[in-house]
Amino acid sequence: MMIVVDVVSWVFIVLGTFLCFSGSVGLFRFPDFFTRLHAASVTDTLGSGLILVALVLQAGSEWLVTMKLLFILAFIFLTSPTSGHALAKAAIHAGQKPKTSDANEAS
Amino acid sequence: MLNVGSHCAIGGLNIDFLINIVLLGFLVCTALAIVFTKNLLASAMLTGIYSLLTAGFFVVMDAVDVAFTEASVGAGIATILMLSTLKLTGFDEDPARHNVKAGLLAVCGVGVLLLYGIVDMPVFGSPTAPVHMHVAPHYIYQSMAEIGMPNIVTSVLASYRGYDTFGETVVVFTAGIGVLALLGASNHVPQSRVAPMSQHIILRVVSKVLIPPIFLFALYVQFHGDYGPGGGFQAGVIFAAAIILYSMIFGLDTARSVISQPLIRLLSAFGVMLYGCVGIVSLLNGHNFLDYSALAHDPLHGQHYGILLVELGVGITVASVMILIFFNFASRVDMVQEEQ
Repeated sequence: MMIVVDVVSWVFIVLGTFLCFSGSVGLFRFPDFFTRLHAASVTDTLGSGLILVALVLQAGSEWLVTMKLLFILAFIFLTSPTSGHALAKAAIHAGQKPKTSDANEAS
Repeated sequence: MLNVGSHCAIGGLNIDFLINIVLLGFLVCTALAIVFTKNLLASAMLTGIYSLLTAGFFVVMDAVDVAFTEASVGAGIATILMLSTLKLTGFDEDPARHNVKAGLLAVCGVGVLLLYGIVDMPVFGSPTAPVHMHVAPHYIYQSMAEIGMPNIVTSVLASYRGYDTFGETVVVFTAGIGVLALLGASNHVPQSRVAPMSQHIILRVVSKVLIPPIFLFALYVQFHGDYGPGGGFQAGVIFAAAIILYSMIFGLDTARSVISQPLIRLLSAFGVMLYGCVGIVSLLNGHNFLDYSALAHDPLHGQHYGILLVELGVGITVASVMILIFFNFASRVDMVQEEQ
């Protein structure tokens, strides 16, 4: 039973780290503010969320730790998308335009 | 369980050591970025990141109380206050530069002196370092019998070193008075011109969901400080953060009608007074100033009551001073706009 929990937690940790890593690569490589924000919020929400799920699985019988981690998870799932939304709104408000492809601009 | 923790060694290296190296590397990079950034908004945000990294560093060193304070004060409220200052001053650095070479020379000189000072210091983490030989063993072995608190940090902060903490609270209060004297001189408060964000439905709904748990968490940190990391300083800052979030979303005028300014001013003084009064009551009962054993028949109960009251005083003062500073900065923005 232990081995199953361990394997599942490893899967979540590796997935989470991959998302964090790809998010940070995207933060540097994407062309304009909104695509970069998209990459960054993936890191914030799903990357840290998956790692937290793995930690919840590892907490085992320590229910207090499990509950605290679940609270953090809920908090992150509420706040990260909201902060991404607020940033995007602020950028639009400040006059940032999404970079569209040339084909769209011509039409 | 996963084989992660202080027992895990990669190529003979302790994992804590690796985490320390990574965190210190990040700290150096952030410090350099702060120096080289021209945009003040970016450097304010970088200062917040620097504080958060330091908090992580403290966690690795098992100093969770300090880490908590650093995260909530340094990365949280200090960044908010800096941003509201920048709203007044503008985001661009003054192009008139001072003498760069003299500054570099001074920094290098101080750096060399500090490195020279390190030579005489005991090895990092050495158990025979002077700091571990003086009063620390007494705190570790005797505090449970003398104070009866599971969290030694709280016993040291509020009881053994109660006088120092009283001084810190007075410093926070003095900062509040200073800001009031400089910015809050006139009683005329203009209507806030900054449009509240309450028309943004997502922000409004999410903050409505979040603000009550933040208040609850602040109270938990306040009253659970005897048993876990936390205490008056952190709780006060978290409490103030919830109110600042409220006034950012629903507008300064709404927040002002909920929280009366004279009451907040009164509360900021009340916290310090509560702290001092606990000391005076113990004086009147024939003990030393801030010796809480005098507060009840059983010395341990007295210590519990004393620490509870003292932490409450700290929390009230810190929360109300932070709210005061934020409100004064924010209404200053409106005053400046009105003058123009």
